[in-house]
Amino acid sequence: MSVLVYVEQVDGKFKKSVFEAVSYAKAIADKQNTNLTAISIGNVADGELKELGKYGAAKVLNVANEQLNNFVNQAYAAVIAEAAKKESADLIVLSNSFSGKGLAPRIAVKLKAGLVDGAVELPNFENGFAVKKTAFSGKAFAITTLTSANKVIALNPNAFGVKESAVETVIETFSPEVKSTDLVAIVKEIVRATNKISLPDAELVVSAGRGLKGPENWGMVEELAELLGAATACSKPVSDADWRPHAEHVGQTGIAISPNLYIAIGISGAIQHLAGVSSSKVIVVINKDPEAPFFKVADYGIVGDAFEVVPKIIAALKAHKG
Amino acid sequence: MKILVCISNVPDTTTKITFTNDNTQFNASGVQFIVNPYDEIALSRAIELCEGGKGTVTVINVGESNTDPTIRKALAIGADDAVRVDAFPRDAYFTAFQIAQYAKSNDFDMILCGRESIDYNGSQVAAMIGEFMEIPSISIIKKLDFDGTTATIEREIEGGKEIVSVTGKFVASCAEGTAEAKIPNMRGIMSARTKPLEVVAAQEIEALAKITKFETPAPRGAVKLIPAENSEELINLLHTEAKVI
Ligand SMILES: Cc1cc2nc3c(=O)[nH]c(=O)nc-3n(C[C@H](O)[C@H](O)[C@H](O)COP(=O)(O)OP(=O)(O)OC[C@H]3O[C@@H](n4cnc5c(N)ncnc54)[C@H](O)[C@@H]3O)c2cc1C
Ligand SMILES: Nc1ncnc2c1ncn2[C@@H]1O[C@H](COP(=O)(O)O)[C@@H](O)[C@H]1O
Repeated sequence: MSVLVYVEQVDGKFKKSVFEAVSYAKAIADKQNTNLTAISIGNVADGELKELGKYGAAKVLNVANEQLNNFVNQAYAAVIAEAAKKESADLIVLSNSFSGKGLAPRIAVKLKAGLVDGAVELPNFENGFAVKKTAFSGKAFAITTLTSANKVIALNPNAFGVKESAVETVIETFSPEVKSTDLVAIVKEIVRATNKISLPDAELVVSAGRGLKGPENWGMVEELAELLGAATACSKPVSDADWRPHAEHVGQTGIAISPNLYIAIGISGAIQHLAGVSSSKVIVVINKDPEAPFFKVADYGIVGDAFEVVPKIIAALKAHKG
Repeated sequence: MKILVCISNVPDTTTKITFTNDNTQFNASGVQFIVNPYDEIALSRAIELCEGGKGTVTVINVGESNTDPTIRKALAIGADDAVRVDAFPRDAYFTAFQIAQYAKSNDFDMILCGRESIDYNGSQVAAMIGEFMEIPSISIIKKLDFDGTTATIEREIEGGKEIVSVTGKFVASCAEGTAEAKIPNMRGIMSARTKPLEVVAAQEIEALAKITKFETPAPRGAVKLIPAENSEELINLLHTEAKVI
């Protein structure tokens, strides 16, 4: 029995959500008195792999195979399942990222493992193995009990936090055979805006809606986001109208996020919008209509015209930062 | 070309979510059920790809007879025929297994799902079908083109996109962008009543996960209003009180 955590790399680096998954897996391993092994696939330098030790990974399996430089979930799932067998791991943890969502279900079928996706808390061992996850687009939580011997958990970003628990790390090369039938999907191109903070794992988010009248008015939203080190988001009508890219659209049919701070500017707070953002830890609403439904779920509210309020906030933030 | 589209039956997006039986069951009373919004996107793209006699679209649902109205809605949107695997969809593993079994014995070029069902938000079924069938699965796609042999797909990744090409059978789960959701017209609604809906028995396989309890998010405290003249104060409060910046 042991715990295996898959550590997703982007251009040879690990993101915060990976350290979070390692911290989470370590907490479970400690509770079960067992070891934590990490598995990394692709080109990652030893120095970066060693970082995983800070969060409790005593061993890192390093799979460096030319054929696996790009993410192909079918092949990655096979490799991770092999690693699980080799390490006698009965629990596999990974982040519920875009790639994680395509990977976890395949690992689960391979290992005949029950899967909890979108986990937000550590498992509860009192009545079997029960994990709390988001459901109904953030309108509720579901406690899911896994009844299988093997288990897979995909952890939501920003749900658990990064917790240091330093151990000595051993890096071990792992070279399982890769079947060509697992490499049918071919990655042709990756387009990534590296200068921007990615929305799904952002800790702070500044979002705006139709109240901003047009795409030309997003300058102040971007400025505020940049000063805060926040990602930008928007409501659905805004991306539908092509004022902003679809990737920024949050809510029931967009991305569901749970940052530490969500600032909503000129967004009414329709139920489908709230579905994707209501688990944010602190919500600030700026809206000129005191009756806007968003105020009902806000922690801080400013009733006023965004075009007057936001510049004042930007000025205050500049002063605060000195 | 033959396309299989998987549709789930979910509560309407405006539903107020409540539970019964000591929070162990979703309270479906008075709730309107719809075709999962992402599945509508998948279905709409499938119909577009088959337009002009290029192919046929079959929809499949794993569910009991109460999901028939949702299946008819999919037929009204433009699917050619439908299959219902007659069983309660116990978990994603069970559901994906049923769909894979059906797909294995029918020669589909591609299988399209939604990115997730909006009730339990699993995002599991599509990739599980891929694994049961040992074919590629591409999750959370935003664009899908098909030239008759090779599909070119845009998949969402953090802060960008990835372009993937697949030759041969595959499964994909569709998000916004893949297509505009089609709305049924009068002719579609009329013809949906007579289109074939085959009911097949489920095959036995154990379920591995079970929802044992639901919780609703803790209510937030009352909003703290800051007068617009003092908007600057927000930064101070976020720093000293909320401690998020
Ligand atoms: C199936 C379905 C799925 C959906 N999914 C989503 C989703 O995922 N995400 C989503 O966002 N929506 C979704 N919607 C749409 C949702 O119902 C709302 O229509 C949408 O969220 C409204 O966007 P908005 O708040 O930007 O615009 P509006 O509702 O038009 O609100 C604009 C707000 O701006 C305020 N305002 C105007 N001028 C100013 C000013 N100068 N200063 C300050 N405030 C100002 C107004 O008082 C108003 O409250 C969905 C709808 C359906 C039917
Ligand atoms: N009971 C079901 N019957 C048919 N297809 C389903 C069912 N449940 C889920 N799906 C498909 O799988 C996708 C992802 O669902 P899920 O894994 O439940 O989030 C959905 O968008 C549907 O396309």
